[in-house]
Amino acid sequence: MRLLVIGAGPAGLAAALEAARRGVEVVLVDEHPVDNALMGLDVPFHFGQRMSGATRNKSRMMEAIAAADERIAEAFEAGVDVRLGVSAWGLFLPKPGLRWLTQSVVGLSDGDSTWYASFDAAIIAAGRRDIGLAFPGWELPGVMGVTAAQTLLHRYDALESQRIVILGSGAEATSFAEAAFAAGRTVVALVEVADAPRDGKGCERLAAHGVPVLTGTMVSRASGDANGVGNVTLRTLNDSDPEHFVSCDTVVLAVGTAPVVELLDVAGAEIGFVGSRGGHVPMTDRDGRTSIPGLFAAGDCAGVSAGKTSDPEIAAEEGRRAAAAACADLAQGSPSPRQTVIREGAATDDIEATQSAWVEAAMAVADPDTHVCQCEEVSLPDLLGVRPPRYLPRAQAPMLARNLTSLAHDGLVHQDQIKRLTRAGMGPCQGRRCREQVSAVLARATGTPLGKLPLPSYRAPVRPLPLSAFAEDSEPDVLAANWEGWFGIPGQWDPFWTLSDGARTEERS
Amino acid sequence: MNATGGIKGASVIVVGGGVTGLSSAWWLARAGADVLVIEKGIVGWGASGRNGGGATHHQSPLFAEEQRLWPQMDELLGYPTEFQPKRIRMALSDRQLEEFKIGVDNTRGQGFPAEWLDAKQVRDLVPLAGNNVVGGVYYERGGHANPQRTVQAYAWALQDLGGRILQHTAVTGFQRSGGKVVAVETSAGVFACDTLILAAGPQTGRLSAQLDSEVPVTVARAEMIVTEPLPLMPIGGVDGNHLYGRQTLRGNLAYGGGPHEWLTPDDDAVAARPSSPLARNIAKRLAELFPKAAHIRVIRSWAGVIENTPDGRPVIDRLPTASNAIIATMSSVGFGLSPATGRAISQLVLAGHCDFADLSSFRLSRFGNLNPAWREERGWLPPQTDDDDARAA
Ligand SMILES: Cc1cc2nc3c(=O)[nH]c(=O)nc-3n(C[C@H](O)[C@H](O)[C@H](O)COP(=O)(O)OP(=O)(O)OC[C@H]3O[C@@H](n4cnc5c(N)ncnc54)[C@H](O)[C@@H]3O)c2cc1C
Repeated sequence: MRLLVIGAGPAGLAAALEAARRGVEVVLVDEHPVDNALMGLDVPFHFGQRMSGATRNKSRMMEAIAAADERIAEAFEAGVDVRLGVSAWGLFLPKPGLRWLTQSVVGLSDGDSTWYASFDAAIIAAGRRDIGLAFPGWELPGVMGVTAAQTLLHRYDALESQRIVILGSGAEATSFAEAAFAAGRTVVALVEVADAPRDGKGCERLAAHGVPVLTGTMVSRASGDANGVGNVTLRTLNDSDPEHFVSCDTVVLAVGTAPVVELLDVAGAEIGFVGSRGGHVPMTDRDGRTSIPGLFAAGDCAGVSAGKTSDPEIAAEEGRRAAAAACADLAQGSPSPRQTVIREGAATDDIEATQSAWVEAAMAVADPDTHVCQCEEVSLPDLLGVRPPRYLPRAQAPMLARNLTSLAHDGLVHQDQIKRLTRAGMGPCQGRRCREQVSAVLARATGTPLGKLPLPSYRAPVRPLPLSAFAEDSEPDVLAANWEGWFGIPGQWDPFWTLSDGARTEERS
Repeated sequence: MNATGGIKGASVIVVGGGVTGLSSAWWLARAGADVLVIEKGIVGWGASGRNGGGATHHQSPLFAEEQRLWPQMDELLGYPTEFQPKRIRMALSDRQLEEFKIGVDNTRGQGFPAEWLDAKQVRDLVPLAGNNVVGGVYYERGGHANPQRTVQAYAWALQDLGGRILQHTAVTGFQRSGGKVVAVETSAGVFACDTLILAAGPQTGRLSAQLDSEVPVTVARAEMIVTEPLPLMPIGGVDGNHLYGRQTLRGNLAYGGGPHEWLTPDDDAVAARPSSPLARNIAKRLAELFPKAAHIRVIRSWAGVIENTPDGRPVIDRLPTASNAIIATMSSVGFGLSPATGRAISQLVLAGHCDFADLSSFRLSRFGNLNPAWREERGWLPPQTDDDDARAA
C-alpha cells in the first residue's frame, strides 16, 4: 500500500480521489457501517441506543453508507481500494522503543478479524465526535450526540427518533435540526444556555418552521422508562422562572464537538490545544503535515469550525491539499518537513467559553449520583473528591481530606492521574462520552485554563475489539523463540542464598 | 508541592518519585526524618505507574518482608492499594509446568508453602481457564496490587507525615564536598541535603555517572494490554503461558509479556514508551490462557520503560564515590518489593544496615569485573535500523 487514507467523509474522500487522479495507489478505510453491538457501547459516537434495528443488517447498512455519498462510487471507479466497515485502531511508526518495526503500519479490523497493513504515507481524516454532558437522566437511551444523530439520519437512514429536543444552537445544532425537519421528524425545541443563539441565521430559519430556540435555558432532567427518554424538564438560568416539561423521545447533545485525534496521538504526532480550532488538534502546516514526516491530517480531525460544519467543501479542500502534498512526497521518495504551523482559528469558533458554560450549567443541575463517566459510574462529587471507585473503601479519613484542589497544590494535574484514581474514562466506551467533561471539571476545580491541561492520553486499540478478533492467529517461530514472560535474564530467579556474594552471578551468566 | 515555601533543602533528598523513592521516603518520614522527594514529572509517571502489579518475588532476600507487609499496607498508609493476596501460575504445556519448579523450590526454601495443582484443581480455582491447562502452582504468599493507586497512596501518606514532594522538577546535577553530596541541583534551584537517595529508575546510570560511579543498567520498553471488566475470579493473581499480569479488582484482565525492546541510553523516555503491534501477540497468548474470556474486548494498552542490571538483580548500596549517597535500582522487578525495599533503605540511612534481610546480593561491587561490552555480550542492544546502517556507512 502506498497512501493510506483513514475516514471516508468529505476530507478523506476528496483526498483519496485527488491521490488516485495523480496516479497513486490509495487505500481508503472507513469504519462505517459500525457493528450494531459497538454502537450499543456508544462507539465511535454517542448513539444513545437510537439506531434502528436495521443497523443489525451489515450488508444493508453497507449499501446505505455507499448510497449516502456519490463520491464513494466515484472512488471505487477511480480505482481507490475502498474498505467500508473497517476501523483503524492503531497507527505504529518506527521510532525509539519501536525500532523493531521496519515500516509504518496501521492496525485494521472488520470486527471479526484484525490485521496490519503497511503504508508509505497516511492522511488521517477521522472527523469529529460529540462531547457529552452529564445532566440527571443523561444515561437514558435517547440521549445522544449530534454527530451520532446526523450519521444515523444521513449515512445509515436508521435514526429511530421522532420527537427531538436539541441542546445547543450552533451550526451543528441548526444543520441537524434542518435535516431532521426535512426528514419528517419533529424538532421540539433548541435549548441554549447562552443568552443569544449561536447560529443566529440558522435559528431564524428554524423559527420560520415553528421550531423555538430557548435561550438562557438548561435541561435540568430527562425522565423516561426502559425505552428511554419520555420528557425533559427545562429550567431557565434565572431560577425564579418555573420549570416546565416537554415531551420528547430524544435529546440531541450539540454542545460541542471534538476533533478525533486518537490515532494521531497513538502515532506520537504533536498535538496542542487550540480553542479556536475545536480543542486538541494536531499541529499541522497548511498542507496538513503533522510533526511526523509522511503523516497528514485533514478535515475535522485537523480542527473543527462552524464554517466546516456548514460547508463540507472546506474539509474537502483540505483533503485535496494534503493529498497533493502526500503525492509529491511519494514521488520525491522522501517526505518533506512540516512548514509553518497553523496556530489559531477564528475567534468566534473558540470552544473554551461555550463548552465551559455548558459544563457549568450541567454541574449546577447534576444530582450527587449523576454519572459523568457512565461506564465506570463516576459522579461529579467523585471527581471533585478524587474518590476511589465504589468497590474500595471510600470513607477513610485521610482519603476524605484529599480532593482535586489538594492534588493541584502538588503541581499541574494530568487528567490521566484523575483517570487512574477515579477510573473516569477507563470503561469500554474508552472515555468518549466523558473525556472533555472531565477536562472541564478539572480546569474549573483547579483554576487552570483548559489549554494548559495536558492532553489525556489515547491508547491503542482505539476501538474496543474482542480478544478473539484482536488476537494474532499464529505466533511466528522467531517470536516464539524470543518470547519471555519477563526478560529471561539467566539466573534472575535463582534464590538469593545461592549467591552469597553477587559477584558469583557474573561468573555463572 | 511546587510551592516549596522557601525551604531549600532537607535532611534526606530522594531523587525519583517512583515506588522505590516514595516508599523509602515514607518509611523515613515514619521514623521522623525530614524528607524531600524530587520528581521530574508526576509521581508514578515512570514504570511505577505502568506495571503489572505483581508482588510474588520468592527469589529475593526481601520476599518474607514483601509478604509480611503487603496485607498491612492499606492500614499503614491510610489509602487503598487494592492489594490482593495469593498467586496461581497455570501451565499450558508440560514444559511450562517444569519451569515453575524453581519458584516452588524458592518459596519452600524461604519457609512458605507452595502447592502443585492438577488440571482440574486449576480449573476449579480459575473459572476462565480451559481444557488446555495441564497443571499449575498455588502460592498462598504472593499477590498483586494496583500500581497507580499504590504510588498515590505512598505519596499522600508521605505528605500526611510531613514529607515533601516536589513534582515537575528535574535533578540536573550534584554539589560535593569532602566525599559527600551536599546539595542537589534542579530545574527549580539548589537543595542542600545530608543524605541522598538515588531512586531514578531508568536514569540510574546517568545520575550515578555524574557522581563518578558506574552503576551498570540498560533500559528497555515493556508493554501490556487491558480488557473490559469480567466477573471477578476468586483469585485475581493468575498468570502463565509466559505472560505476567492480573485480573484487577474492577475485573479487567491486564497482561503483558513478549520480547521487550532495548533502548539506547539517550532515548527520550516519553517518546520511547509507545505500545506496539505486539499487542495482538499478547492477546493471542491471553486468549490461550483464558479461553473462556475470548469474547471480552481489549480496550487499552500501555508501555513502560525499565532498567535492568547485568544479572537482573537490584543494586541497593552506598555509592563508592559519595559516602552519603545510596543508589537503589530494582532491575525491572521493583513494584511488589517496594514496601520492603523502602523499609530496607530507610534502615540503611538511619542505622547503617538492614536488620531484617541479607542485602549482600544487592552490592554494587559484584560488577567490579564486568566486561565493558556486557550489553553486546547479552544482546541487550536496540534493533538496528536503516538510519543506523546509513550512519555507519
Ligand atoms: C510493563 C511493566 C510491567 C511490570 N510488572 C511488574 C510486576 O508485575 N511486578 C513488579 O514488581 N515490577 C514490575 N515492573 C517493574 C516495576 O514497575 C519497576 O521495577 C518499579 O516501578 C521501579 O520503581 P522505581 O521507583 O525504582 O523506578 P521508576 O518507577 O522508574 O521511578 C523513577 C522515577 O525517577 C524519576 N526521575 C528520573 N530521573 C530524574 C531526575 N533527574 N530528576 C527527578 N526525577 C527523576 C522518574 O521520572 C521516575 O518517576 C514492571 C514494569 C513494567 C514497565
